[in-house]
Amino acid sequence: MDEKFDAIVVGAGPSGNAAAYTMAKAGLKVLQIERGEYPGSKNVQGAILYSDALEKIIPDFRDDAPLERHLIEQRMWVLDDKSYVGTHYRSDDFNKPPYNRYTIIRAQFDKWFSKKVQDAGALLICETTVKDLIMDGDRVIGVQTDREGGAVYADVVILADGVNSLLAKKAGFHAEIDPKNVALAVKEIHFMPQETIEARFNVSGDEGVVIEMVGKITQGMMGTGFLYTNKESLTIGVGCMLSDFKQQKVSPYALLEQMKEHPSIKPLLAGGEMKEYTAHLIPEGGYNAIPQISGDGWMIVGDSGMFVNAVHREGSNLAMTTGRIAAETVIELKAMGAELTAKSLALYRDRLDDTFVMKDLKKYRRMPSVFHANPQFFTSYPELANQAAHTMLTVDGVDKKTKEREIRKSFVGKRSLFGLLGDAFKMWRAFE
Amino acid sequence: MIKVEEKLFQNRYRVDVGRPHINIANPDICQGECKTQECTVCCPAGCYTQEGNGRVVLITDGCLECGTCRIICTDFRNVEWEYPRGGYGILFKFG
Repeated sequence: MDEKFDAIVVGAGPSGNAAAYTMAKAGLKVLQIERGEYPGSKNVQGAILYSDALEKIIPDFRDDAPLERHLIEQRMWVLDDKSYVGTHYRSDDFNKPPYNRYTIIRAQFDKWFSKKVQDAGALLICETTVKDLIMDGDRVIGVQTDREGGAVYADVVILADGVNSLLAKKAGFHAEIDPKNVALAVKEIHFMPQETIEARFNVSGDEGVVIEMVGKITQGMMGTGFLYTNKESLTIGVGCMLSDFKQQKVSPYALLEQMKEHPSIKPLLAGGEMKEYTAHLIPEGGYNAIPQISGDGWMIVGDSGMFVNAVHREGSNLAMTTGRIAAETVIELKAMGAELTAKSLALYRDRLDDTFVMKDLKKYRRMPSVFHANPQFFTSYPELANQAAHTMLTVDGVDKKTKEREIRKSFVGKRSLFGLLGDAFKMWRAFE
Repeated sequence: MIKVEEKLFQNRYRVDVGRPHINIANPDICQGECKTQECTVCCPAGCYTQEGNGRVVLITDGCLECGTCRIICTDFRNVEWEYPRGGYGILFKFG
């Protein structure tokens, strides 16, 4: 393979597929390299698909993409050991096409997306791991794969190789990830009849529900849990910051097991058949943890560049958007006859700064450090909220004013008045 | 308490026999210097086990390729971590 390509894309997840598709469609000669047996076989996500980011790449994706359920209801649960308090938002507006969000099963979805990439004219090679970037001085000129004679060359290499981002690390583009900037999530998929899911979640047809959870399920660690409805399966998982797992020495699968035993969760899973157990890291360092994302002959897209909005549980849409914009930058520079240098490719970051990707990440830039420094948001507050609900909703002859006083006392006892005010201020600043 | 092996049993793997993609660089460091050995608890596939004599034994067959062990080994950077050869390792059916 001594051929030279316009671009090599490493990885066939959402960001790599978005990049490869966009460039191939514009007529560039694109090689995409995937280490899995097929695109999707190494990829893990919750998984929610946000239509908007994909629409901007494949407007008619709904015609044949493998979608599970469109979401009409979002539940937020704050859990104590035996209870939860929560909010549910359900709207008939979410039940009108074109739908805004869907649950998907990544192995199927990525295969579909990859077919589109290949139809657009990109060359895909699977079962091939890229071992290193080939450099000419400071410039990336190709990749070394684990195939015999596995060197391939291109004007630009787009690194869509996922959260571990080994290639950029080996090349010295950025350092190893700090455990504080990455969450470890474990999840399972449980199959059960469609009717069971519909009855348990009060939905019909392709309607679906998501439940996002915080509180006791993470055993004091900074993290969240989730439960998503697919057509004939439920996905349940929990993720916490790796620094917390490390410090508290918690077993991730024990954590998941315990969560599944919660009295509010267990009945939803009852009778299901667990068919896969997965684990994955999620880059949640936010705006301040974003590495350099382009240089001489290279660009980083998706998880590899820390493009995840942890607050809103968004990642795949940021991945697709960064992939698309990286590709558009390459297309434009090529059309101008420009060299793909560190200087010209810096346009990619400029473009991203104007999108929701950077704007949202910047908005929440204080969030990671606030949560790291204030574990009470994951421990005391969920407990207090549940106790308050319990106190108010238990009818036992105690008058309501006394109950209110008890609740106020429990909050001040746990956090002090200044603590409460300080926490409110911190949250306001972080969300500002 | 469910064992992690029962979970991993549901997964599909193509094991690259004799060519583990992760290695402990210097086992003596795990045994002699590392007091915490978080890898033996935090690996979601339970690939790292603690032997009675303080040694850490790594068997990568059930690895989910997440990267946890490499990133949490902050004090000693004692985990040599590569992706498996193309086509080998975990093969997610659903992901």
